[in-house]
Amino acid sequence: MSWRELPIGGIILEAGNSVKRKTGDWRVLRPVIDQERCVRCYICWMYCPDGVIEIRDTPYRTKAGRIWNITFEIDYDYCKGCGICAQECPVKAIELVEEVK
Amino acid sequence: METKLESRVRQTRVILNSNYAAAYAVRDADVDVISAYPITPQTGVVEKLSEMIAEGELDAEMIHVESEHSALSAIIGASAVGARVFTATSSQGLEYMHEVLHIASGMRLPLVMAIATRALSAPISIWNDYSDLMNVRDTSWITFIASTAQEVYDSIIEAYMVSEDPRILLPSIVAYDGFWMSHTYEPLYIPEDRKTVLEMLPRRPRYTLDPDNPITMGSIVNPDWYYEIKYQQVEAMKEAYRVIREADAKIEENLGRVYKPVESYLAEDSEILVLTYGGIYGTLQTAVDLLRSEGLKVGALRLRLWRPFPARDLKTLVEDAKTLIVVDRAISYGASIEGPVALETIAALYREGLYPTIASFIAGIGGRPVSEDDFRDMVKKALELGERALKIGSIHWGVRGAEYE
Amino acid sequence: MLNIGETIEIRFHGRGGQGAVTASIILAEAAGIEGLYSQAFPEFGPERRGAPVKAYTRISKEPIRTRAPISSPDVVVVLDPSLQPSIYLQGLKSKGLVIINSKRDARSIAQELGVERVVAIDATGIALRNMGVPIVNVAMLGALVRVLEYISLDSVAKAALKILFNIKWEDNLELLLKTPSIGEKILGNIRAMVEAYKSAEVLMT
Repeated sequence: MSWRELPIGGIILEAGNSVKRKTGDWRVLRPVIDQERCVRCYICWMYCPDGVIEIRDTPYRTKAGRIWNITFEIDYDYCKGCGICAQECPVKAIELVEEVK
Repeated sequence: METKLESRVRQTRVILNSNYAAAYAVRDADVDVISAYPITPQTGVVEKLSEMIAEGELDAEMIHVESEHSALSAIIGASAVGARVFTATSSQGLEYMHEVLHIASGMRLPLVMAIATRALSAPISIWNDYSDLMNVRDTSWITFIASTAQEVYDSIIEAYMVSEDPRILLPSIVAYDGFWMSHTYEPLYIPEDRKTVLEMLPRRPRYTLDPDNPITMGSIVNPDWYYEIKYQQVEAMKEAYRVIREADAKIEENLGRVYKPVESYLAEDSEILVLTYGGIYGTLQTAVDLLRSEGLKVGALRLRLWRPFPARDLKTLVEDAKTLIVVDRAISYGASIEGPVALETIAALYREGLYPTIASFIAGIGGRPVSEDDFRDMVKKALELGERALKIGSIHWGVRGAEYE
Repeated sequence: MLNIGETIEIRFHGRGGQGAVTASIILAEAAGIEGLYSQAFPEFGPERRGAPVKAYTRISKEPIRTRAPISSPDVVVVLDPSLQPSIYLQGLKSKGLVIINSKRDARSIAQELGVERVVAIDATGIALRNMGVPIVNVAMLGALVRVLEYISLDSVAKAALKILFNIKWEDNLELLLKTPSIGEKILGNIRAMVEAYKSAEVLMT
């Protein structure tokens, strides 16, 4: 592609095309949610700078017998491993583990 | 500029200064959004526009801002959503806009700005020179320099024609002498019915911010593509020359006035040519008559188009002359030739393979008047110095105590 | 009468607030109404009430090219008699004309200034009588137009209405004159201009 084919002024014509760039491979540390300890408080979801905490309608039953109607999961395609979720989690339910062992 | 007696569009004769002529052109172009901050000697332009909006002559939004930086930023936003926009400034105001000037052209928005040129502080001077305009020559704005109120009116219409052309999409400046033109009343013709102006300025599609068809403007670009995007501006600026000539033809057809990138007076058989820009061209023409009556074969040239620089037009006009005298009204401190237009002219003529004897003068700095006698004496000085003139660099005309040996 | 051979150059001298700059513009507008070419501009500077002010008008049958300030005028119009003659006589052509706001007679002014042609007019008195304020510009224009060929009093009056009151041709002048806030002001200006036109003392040798 030359300068002729580029849209002028660096305009991006396709809105939301950042989904095409998977940033998950930047990660050194991977956050892992312990569903047993998670109290579904939404704090990780609010703090995540990349919006990769996803709320699923999957029910979860803890070993103690408590039933949650939702589950939080991380979209590892885009999570950059910044660790903010683990830092902010009030019940220490998110652990950072090394991506490459 | 020549005026043909008949034009397609019916026109009326009015007496206006160049600030008001700019305002009337903006009104007739049916501009949607105006944002400006007052600064002498430009203020008359936006004062008049405010009045027109208040009296219902122009249906536009006037955005009041706290600085020129914001004025330009505001119209960038308005232009990005598709509005036809305008601002005006002078001197420090233009300097304060500087970083935003690059953003406007880089985003390829067809803004139009009037500049009543003025000297720069410090020391403070409210009077005219072209230091402000010359400082923004590398910002990728198409730049016209007018020499009459008539030309200010016509050039603002032309600027919208060129800037909004899908082949160009670069912003334009229409500059004119602060005070010497901005505050001088003189006759000009304006169309009786503004519909005739709007026919010359159809709204043309371009990329705009629209929630229904979202795009991103002003994103970051990595080294692997930045240069190609800036190169697009290089090509658009070159292409602008052709589009300006097409617009000149439309102005001639509709309004009956003939404009060229380099205007000339008695240049054909001249051995000596004097090149300048802006309002003092009229004074220069009078000086040429004076010198001709003394038997010297002198002619006058005026640079109407500063960006893109009309190198070929200049070549054609200078081809047969022995001596070219360039009279600048700005200083490029520390340059080998301190007159910015002289510097550019020498580069252009070298490129075109022409090597006349050249003398560079700088005059009129900080509002000092330039008279017919000044021009006559500059010509005589240049002839006396001959080849030595350029060795001096630029001659700072009339500066007490300045010596050149 | 002063003939417009090529270009006639007029320089106005006054003090900030007397309307010298406005007078120069009204005259250019009047020349425009007559189909002539004209140019008007002030000696630029920060405007200050009371400070000496200069303004220039050129009138010509041909397009005017020069933009240089007028250094050797055909006519000087002196709005304020307290200004130093050395200022307003500077560069005046040998057969040049001085139009001066003064209660004195033209002959004694001519003698004192060492010039041949003088138009004397008590513009301050006329302005105070007709308008109640010492703004003398329209009265001075009335006196000027007495000796100016090709520009009629009618055109200067029309130009003054346009520049001073933004009155356009399509406006209903009769209605405006009956409007209390503006009618008296318009009439005052026009009366002052006409009185000055009639009572100016012209010394032209």
